[in-house]
Amino acid sequence: MSNITNQSLSEILESIKLKKISSLELTQAYIKNIENAKKLNSFVTTTFDQALENAKKFDNKPNNEQLLSGIPLAVKDLFCTENVKTTAGSNILNNFIPSYESTVTKNLWNNGAFLLGKLNCDEFAMGSSNETSFFGNVINPIGDQLVPGGSSGGSSSALAADLTPATIGTDTGGSIRQPASFTGTVGLKPTYGLCSRWGIVAFASSLDQAGPMTKTVNDCSIMLEAMSGFDEKDSTSINKKKEIYSKNLKDNIKGLKIGIPKEYRVDNMPKEIDELWEKGKKILKDLGAQLIDISLPHTKYALPTYYIVAPAEASSNLARYDGVRYGYRSEKGKDLIEMYENTRSEGFGDEVKRRILIGTYVLSSGYYDAYYLKAQKVRQLIKKDFDDSFTKVDAILTPSTPSSAFKIGEKTNDPVSMYLNDIFTVPVNLAGLPALSLPAGLDKKGYPLGLQLIGKALDEQKILNIGYAFEKNCGYKNEIKKWWS
Amino acid sequence: MSKEKFDYFINGEKGKYEVVIGLEVHAQVLSNSKLFSGSSTKFGADPNKQVSLIDSAFPGMLPVINEECVKQAVKTGLGLNAKINNYSVFDRKNYFYADLPQGYQISQYKNPIVGEGKVLLDMPYGSKEIGIERLHLEQDAGKSIHDMDPSSTYVDLNRSGIALMEIVSKPDLRSPDEVNAYIKKLRTIMRYLGTCDGNMQEGSLRADVNVSVRKVGDKKFGTRCEIKNVNSIKFMQMAIEYEANRQVEFLEEGKEIDQETRLFDTKKNETRSMRSKEDAHDYRYFPDPDLLPLQLEQTLIDNIKKSLPELPDNKKDRFIKEYGLSSYEANVLVSEKEISDFYEEVAKLSDKKLAATWMMGDLFAMLNDKGLNISKSPISAKNFAELVRSIKSGEISGRIAKEVFEIMVESGDNPNKIIESKGMKQQSDPKELEKMINEILSKNKDKVDQYKAGKEKLFGFFVGQVMKLSGGKANPQLTNEILKKLLKG
Repeated sequence: MSNITNQSLSEILESIKLKKISSLELTQAYIKNIENAKKLNSFVTTTFDQALENAKKFDNKPNNEQLLSGIPLAVKDLFCTENVKTTAGSNILNNFIPSYESTVTKNLWNNGAFLLGKLNCDEFAMGSSNETSFFGNVINPIGDQLVPGGSSGGSSSALAADLTPATIGTDTGGSIRQPASFTGTVGLKPTYGLCSRWGIVAFASSLDQAGPMTKTVNDCSIMLEAMSGFDEKDSTSINKKKEIYSKNLKDNIKGLKIGIPKEYRVDNMPKEIDELWEKGKKILKDLGAQLIDISLPHTKYALPTYYIVAPAEASSNLARYDGVRYGYRSEKGKDLIEMYENTRSEGFGDEVKRRILIGTYVLSSGYYDAYYLKAQKVRQLIKKDFDDSFTKVDAILTPSTPSSAFKIGEKTNDPVSMYLNDIFTVPVNLAGLPALSLPAGLDKKGYPLGLQLIGKALDEQKILNIGYAFEKNCGYKNEIKKWWS
Repeated sequence: MSKEKFDYFINGEKGKYEVVIGLEVHAQVLSNSKLFSGSSTKFGADPNKQVSLIDSAFPGMLPVINEECVKQAVKTGLGLNAKINNYSVFDRKNYFYADLPQGYQISQYKNPIVGEGKVLLDMPYGSKEIGIERLHLEQDAGKSIHDMDPSSTYVDLNRSGIALMEIVSKPDLRSPDEVNAYIKKLRTIMRYLGTCDGNMQEGSLRADVNVSVRKVGDKKFGTRCEIKNVNSIKFMQMAIEYEANRQVEFLEEGKEIDQETRLFDTKKNETRSMRSKEDAHDYRYFPDPDLLPLQLEQTLIDNIKKSLPELPDNKKDRFIKEYGLSSYEANVLVSEKEISDFYEEVAKLSDKKLAATWMMGDLFAMLNDKGLNISKSPISAKNFAELVRSIKSGEISGRIAKEVFEIMVESGDNPNKIIESKGMKQQSDPKELEKMINEILSKNKDKVDQYKAGKEKLFGFFVGQVMKLSGGKANPQLTNEILKKLLKG
């Protein structure tokens, strides 16, 4: 079973169930891959000993009734993991070992999975290329000069390079979908409140949402089912009956109405993106879906709105990293204020500082109304655009990103061009909706491109079904040469 | 009581000034756990023993509202005759301090849980209504300890996250006495409701005091200064006195008052500037995205309303009507719920008016002396009622009653038992008394002659002799009657 690691999660689960492979063998195979892939820098921490222990434990007493029986998983280093260092990609948490487990990871372990390691990410999930991590940038397995997207860049890279059978990320403005698009993988940002935020290092509380990153849509439905669910420890968690996404997954989408928003055809968008979008439309149409032109008129305000709301919340959420109780503390400084200044100056990287400054500014008295309050109002309008459209359509199809993966260092000196990468993903976070990024094709450089399916709130099943049908008929297959090993 | 006139003014060279005061009272909510976490709120635990991951703001921790605290705030709002808002919002107040783990305090800014209300004060010059601007819920901060180590500051987070109600008054108070009455009234109401224990020593009740002055007759308020975090009524009064006089002096000198935050130095008995308006913190308030707006069902509010206990103002009216007490007596007896409960138990079993007199006299003096709360009284309400009954029936005289009272304090015994065993019963048998008086009169023939010759002052002497002979037990009224009769003969 030398090729087990390039199979999908559902195939691997099948092999485990049929005892074609043991959990231990599976885990050893991934460990080998990880050790050979250090160049990608996708891991911050590995937990091999613990993983091997857990694999043996499973093999001794296999329970195949669970969703993720015997599966080793690496997760984004934004999820707090009990007794395992959790850094959020930051120097300020570089020595932080939580005494608690995030609800989402706990849900995965309760479904039979166990931890393989913690994946690199942009510092506090702020970034679109995984270049802001204190632990160095991550490389896209697609090409040694390419970014893997961000902020869940360690997750997308590890998944595409067969270093984990599936993974989870967090998506505040596109941090699951954009890296999925850049690596030819599947990424889902669920409805806000579907997955608990408890135990996830917060970036922007009203936008943050954890979600699965997988090789196939079926895998995505399995992971979503395992990780989601009401959590009374998160006041914004949605209290509803748990859905069985994987069992209900079906590829018949005949008669579904798919909205095509004209505002997503932006200036200077590469022709390839447009062609990819056309291809996507055609596939869905051929499957019996009905395409409907729609308008989301406030789309152009989404990016500026996002870059007010998210930094504002972040500036407050990150105030707790002050060197007093845990994490990094500077030894310099003669009083409390200087200790704060030095700790935060040395502990945070430039992008985090930039967003704290923006966020502090937009909340300041005299500017609050002009920026934060106005942004909240625009946010309502953006949400309303979607609400209006969803009276007419079942889902919306757009490109995931305005380009394919770019080169390392290409945008680091131009934050605005970096921010523009989120242009198709942020409206969804502002509206709290679910959206799925699907690999759909390659550009002329041979880099993957993704399409995004946006659903109504809590309508994950429908976009998964559409994605499932799309995947079967798209013919996309990631062909990655393992140049790094 | 004769009505006095309000007369708290400050006389300057250039005119007479009125002092305008508004209070922001921070009252700790009585609840077992904190506002957003399950940690205990018990006072006096070792440092950092009542701290959850939420209170210490670990990464990824989220607040969950404690329903009990919400109910307590609603209850308090109803007790203040205030409007309860069905929709309120928790905001973050951002600032850095070592004992503020999150780097922000969760509070309520634009949409508090309780709106406008009022509190009635009984002042010697009549009753006065003080407006309540609002009441909101917020988290307390931890405590920085600066004197444990010469070079470090220690932080105790036990208090971090405990629920506080901030009760903001309108600028309706006009003197330190009114402030005293207002704080005591708030405290009484909250103790009746069981929403705050009002314990100022333990910091359950603290206040920021806003003071301004203006010439009598001026319509416009003067510029105010805020005196932060004063934790006793006495200090509040001293701080107001100092601050008002300072402001008047300033105005008299033609200077302008700066709007600023000041601190009261309890050792020097003066306020001093902490920060000016320019240096004021910009708290960058914004709605806490971790918490949904608080939506209260009207039925919840109605149910709490139905379950409210009788409040001091109503109880006072009832005491006057039902027990025939004076307004003053009723006021004193409703000032603490425990006192009113004690009184009602006594009044049920004995004379209502006499019970009030004895409670407010000897009982309060004794408790005060011993520094005891009425709930710790060495005399039970039942025994106290027996004592009052014995006085009323004439079984013992007032003087003997005081002796019995002393023994009751020491022993906690039933007064009847004491009277019985010590033979303290009043001598009310006319025949016995007559015998005793005849004996005295025959021994003091000279005095009797003098009395009859017109030296009526000697009557007191004879009474004294009777009391002496009877060991104080002679019924004074009967003694008087019999003495008069025999002296005439």
